[in-house]
Amino acid sequence: MESMVSHNKIGQAIMHIICILLCVACIAPFVLLITSSLTEEATLVRNGYSFLPETWSLESYLYIARKGATIFRAYGITVLVTFIGTSVSLLMTIMFAYPLSRKELPARYPLSFFVFFTMLFNGGLIPTYMMYTNTFHINNTIFALLIPGLLMNAFYVIMMRSFFTANIPDSLIEAARIDGAGEYLILFKVVVPLSVPMIATLALMVGLGYWNDWLNGLYYLTEPKLFSIQNVLNKMVTDVQFLQTNASSVAATLDTSKLPSVGIRMAIAVIGAIPILLVYPFFQKYFVKGIVVGGVKG
Amino acid sequence: MKKKSIRNLKMKLALFSMMIPGAIYLIINNYIPMFGLQIAFKKYDYSKGMWKSPWTGLSNFTYLFKTKDAFNMTRNTLLYNLAFIILGTVFAVAIAIMLNELRSAKAKKLYQVLFLIPYLISMVVVSYIVFAFLSYDNGFINNSILLPLGAKGINWYTEPKYWPFILVLVHLWKGFGYSSIIYFATVIGIDSALYEAAVIDGANSWQRIWHVTLPGLKTTIITMTLLSVGRIFYSDFGLFYQVPQNSGMLANVTQTIDVYVYKGLTQLNDVGRSSAAGFYQSIVGFLMVLLANFIVRKIDEESALF
Repeated sequence: MESMVSHNKIGQAIMHIICILLCVACIAPFVLLITSSLTEEATLVRNGYSFLPETWSLESYLYIARKGATIFRAYGITVLVTFIGTSVSLLMTIMFAYPLSRKELPARYPLSFFVFFTMLFNGGLIPTYMMYTNTFHINNTIFALLIPGLLMNAFYVIMMRSFFTANIPDSLIEAARIDGAGEYLILFKVVVPLSVPMIATLALMVGLGYWNDWLNGLYYLTEPKLFSIQNVLNKMVTDVQFLQTNASSVAATLDTSKLPSVGIRMAIAVIGAIPILLVYPFFQKYFVKGIVVGGVKG
Repeated sequence: MKKKSIRNLKMKLALFSMMIPGAIYLIINNYIPMFGLQIAFKKYDYSKGMWKSPWTGLSNFTYLFKTKDAFNMTRNTLLYNLAFIILGTVFAVAIAIMLNELRSAKAKKLYQVLFLIPYLISMVVVSYIVFAFLSYDNGFINNSILLPLGAKGINWYTEPKYWPFILVLVHLWKGFGYSSIIYFATVIGIDSALYEAAVIDGANSWQRIWHVTLPGLKTTIITMTLLSVGRIFYSDFGLFYQVPQNSGMLANVTQTIDVYVYKGLTQLNDVGRSSAAGFYQSIVGFLMVLLANFIVRKIDEESALF
């Protein structure tokens, strides 16, 4: 018995060590990103990006604070798009999922299939791009960041429908109807208040999608005034690449000094990621729950 | 009676009306592009648009499959996905089982929360992080590891041979938290009576894992694998485009179908081949979903998606 206990202890210790190493692997890259952004430029050029810079400096952030009009603008756009996109998306998803969860809805199964099928088959980038640019002309408008792909997702509709079916009792809806409440009133005064934790989870997942999205900007925007913070980051990589591959021929026409230094680029990346890392500890419960519910049932 | 049926009709109309915005969105965002796939059989003319461009039959396809790109991008997409499915599943299942075996509830929770952090960050920021490690002049690996060891710095962004490993590593790093949480949730749901019975029968931890935990995970593993097999013709565009920073010298090992389609549309101005590749991806991808589901239906009907 004695030996079994110590054997178990060793097992537990090994598992903790593995998990701690994995945690380090998850966090260390972000630490490198942050320390790089806090390294003095000359040290960076001499020693490269490192976890423990010889000379610390806030210069990158001060530079952004002084000259970062484009960064602030992009930040504002990211916040705006995330806010509007998430609100509209929640409203549309809830209003689409709720009827699907009601037995009284005619053609309930065909309508569910109408949603489900979009998860199995899609037209892909080319037709989508042509339709949005040629028919709807959303390129270089703010709608390009809001609408394509992100506004309503079949996966989330099905997740919400399953939640409503499992958690909102029919008798409750019946009772509200007998009291003379209309369907909209029932949805927003009875069903929604009962679903707050699930809606919060959905809001976080949709919001994360908008905050992190760079694809729509890459596809539909050429006008830098509309860039979100992710698009600004993306554009900097492209510009640097462009300079390196065309170093001799184009250097004259493209002003190198306008490109942010290596340290400042890392600082902008930090600014793009930090709100999520700051918000996450407070909402981690909902994220974990969202993954579990979405992953198993979806 | 009549009053009741009127009320009933009003209720149904109200329910339908709620669905209008979402239905319009799905039609525009999802269904119209499905019909738009016909562009692959047309010679695209910008002034005429997707619907009115003239037909060209199969020429876009013959043009595409004559190039070595077609084979190359198919191989890359399939092999990377295969590696992701196998390594990703083994890794995530192992971590889920480990979390379950840990006794401290607090530690379990803390580990889960930390494992998920890479999942929350956009691929663009990830590409900056990878650059901080791999940059030739400033990167951590060259400057703080290779040079102090007396080795020469490696020009990572021009050496294709390293990238299959780098991309698999980045994918696992970003995604393992997500999938291990899904598996862990399933493990928690396994009936504890099964474990108690196993202990009474004298099973040790390994036997418990083998005879109780793994069988309990079977359905989830099948479902998750099925979903991945259904997406085996698709790739995470950000991983293959942003992380290698679109380096031309790496194209041989980083070009997946999604990257090819994007480049054809925006950089090479080759809409014909690009749309043929997109059509190929959509149709074969759809067939893969049907095939995967069909196979699962045969093996274990309850795990099937539809």
